[in-house]
Amino acid sequence: MIASANQTLTCDVLVIGAGAAGCAAATSAARAGASVILAERGEFLGGILQQCIHNGFGLHRFGEELTGPEYAGRDIVEVNRTSGIDVHLGWIALSLERDGDSLAATFACTLGIMHVRAASVVLACGCRERTRSQVGIAGGRPAGVMCAGTAQRLINVEGALVGRRVVILGSGDIGLIMARRMTWEGAKVLCVCELMDQPGGLRRNIVQCLEDNDIPLYLSRTVTRVIGRERLEAVELTDVDPATRKPIPGTEQVVECDALLLSVGLVPETTVALTAGIQIDPATGGPAVDESLQTSVPGVFVAGNELHVHDLADYVSEEGALAGERAASWALASDHVDKSVFMRVIAGENVGSITPQHIGDATGEVVVRLRSRTRVEDAVIRFESAGTTIRSVRRRIVVPSEMQTVRLKPDEVQKATGEIVVSVVARGEGE
Amino acid sequence: MAQEIRDITCVQCPMGCQLKVTIDDGEVVSVEGNTCPRGRTYGEREATCPERVVTSLVSVAGDSRPVPCKTVAAVPKELVEQVLIEIKNTRLEPGVRVGDVLIRDVAGTGVDVIATRGYVPFK
Repeated sequence: MIASANQTLTCDVLVIGAGAAGCAAATSAARAGASVILAERGEFLGGILQQCIHNGFGLHRFGEELTGPEYAGRDIVEVNRTSGIDVHLGWIALSLERDGDSLAATFACTLGIMHVRAASVVLACGCRERTRSQVGIAGGRPAGVMCAGTAQRLINVEGALVGRRVVILGSGDIGLIMARRMTWEGAKVLCVCELMDQPGGLRRNIVQCLEDNDIPLYLSRTVTRVIGRERLEAVELTDVDPATRKPIPGTEQVVECDALLLSVGLVPETTVALTAGIQIDPATGGPAVDESLQTSVPGVFVAGNELHVHDLADYVSEEGALAGERAASWALASDHVDKSVFMRVIAGENVGSITPQHIGDATGEVVVRLRSRTRVEDAVIRFESAGTTIRSVRRRIVVPSEMQTVRLKPDEVQKATGEIVVSVVARGEGE
Repeated sequence: MAQEIRDITCVQCPMGCQLKVTIDDGEVVSVEGNTCPRGRTYGEREATCPERVVTSLVSVAGDSRPVPCKTVAAVPKELVEQVLIEIKNTRLEPGVRVGDVLIRDVAGTGVDVIATRGYVPFK
C-alpha cells in the first residue's frame, strides 16, 4: 500500500497504460516470473475498449464476437487472477529515463508525485485522435466540435448525448460507428463527409452503420467553416477536387447542426517515449523497434496502438503479450547480449509502414505487420534481400485500412543479408 | 409474387463484391457477383432475412452512467428500432453484473438483452 507521495516503488517490469496491450503485457510478464507494476492514467482498466460498446471484437482470439467492454472484461479477469501485478489507477506518466542499470519513471497521481524504478518497461499508451487544429478548419471555437472518440466516451461511458443534429467529418471506422450510435440514441445524423474520393472505414461499417440508417456519405467533400459563437450553429460543407483535395469555390453549402464530430485519423501517443529520447519512425508515428518490440532505448519495449495504430484488438493483445514476455526476459536476465548486428526492414513498393523496423536476433519467429498504400487485389507480399526473394505471401486482397501480418520463420530470416525490402504488388507483376 | 433482383454489397471481407440476388416468392433463385462461397451465403441471408446484433445502453436508477448491453444473437433488421425502444424504456437497479439478462425475449424476437459490463463501474 502507498501511504504518501514522493515514494519510490521498484519492480522488474513497469507497464505504462492498461488498455488491451498493457493488460496483456502485464499478464504475460507476471506469468514469466517478473514482478509487475501496471500504471494506468484513467479510472479503469481496459482503455478504449470500455467505450467501444459495439460488437466485433475477439473473433481471432476467442472465436466469438464480443463487445469492447466484454473483451476488456476478460483481460481484467486475467490481470486480477495473475499474482505479481500491482495495479495503480489514476497515475499519469510524466517522464521516463535510463538511470544506470535501471529505468526511472515519474508519475503524477492524486497523492502527488510517485517514482518507479524498473529493470524494463513496456510502453502501451495507445493513440490519440487527430484534432480540428491538425486539419485546419476555419471559424470560431463554439462548443459542439469534438473528436469522434471523445463523443463516444461522453455517450457510452458518461451517458451524455453530445448533440441532436450531427455532421461527421471523416469516414474512418470510429466516425461510422458513431454515426450509428448517435442515430440509435435518438440524434439525427445529417451526413458523413469524406475529403478523399473513397471511404476510409470498413465496408461492413459503411453498410451497417450508414446504409442501414439512411445516412448519406459525401465523398470528396469537407467542412470548411465552423459557424456559431457559444454553441455550434452550422457548418459550411464544400466539395473538393479529387485530384488536389482543394475546395472548389462556389460549391459551399451551409448545414445547420449542433455537433460536428471529427474522425480524421489516429496517431500513436508517444509523449512518454519522447521524454526517454526514444527514436520514432515517421511512417508509423510510433517508436522504431526490433523483433522483440524493443525500442532504441535498451530495456524499453512498446506494444499496441503506441507502436502503430491497429484495426483489430486481437493483434494488440498478441503484441502486448509478446512485449511483456520479452520485457520479463530482459528484466530477469543476468546480462544482456549486445545485438550489434542489425538487419534493417525497409518499406518498399506500396508499403506505407512496417514493423519491426529492424531485426537484431534471427533465431526465432519474426512477426511482421504492415500497411499498404493502395488497394491491391490478388496481391503478393514479397520479402526480398540482396536480390533474392526470401518469402512471398499471397493475399486475396490487401487494403490500407487492414493491417497485414506475416510470420517469418527463422530459416527465412537467416537467408537475408544486410536488409529486407518488403513490397505489396499485384500477382504477376515482376514475377 | 414476381421475381425481384436486389443489389447488395457483400461485407464479409474488404473485396466488397457487388451482389445481385434474384428472389422469387421469398426464395433465392440465384446469387451473382460473389467471388467466394461466403459471399453466396451472405447474399442469400441479407436478401431474405437480414439480421443485426443490437448494442446500446441501459440507464441505471440514481446514476448518470449507463450500463452497456447487447442482444445475445442477431435480431431481424426490421425489429432493430423496436428493440432500441424497449432498451430505452428499461431502467436498472444498481448491482447488475456482466452477462445478466436485462430483457427477456426483446420485441418478441426470442432473443435476450444482456449486460456487457457490470454496474459497479468497470469491475
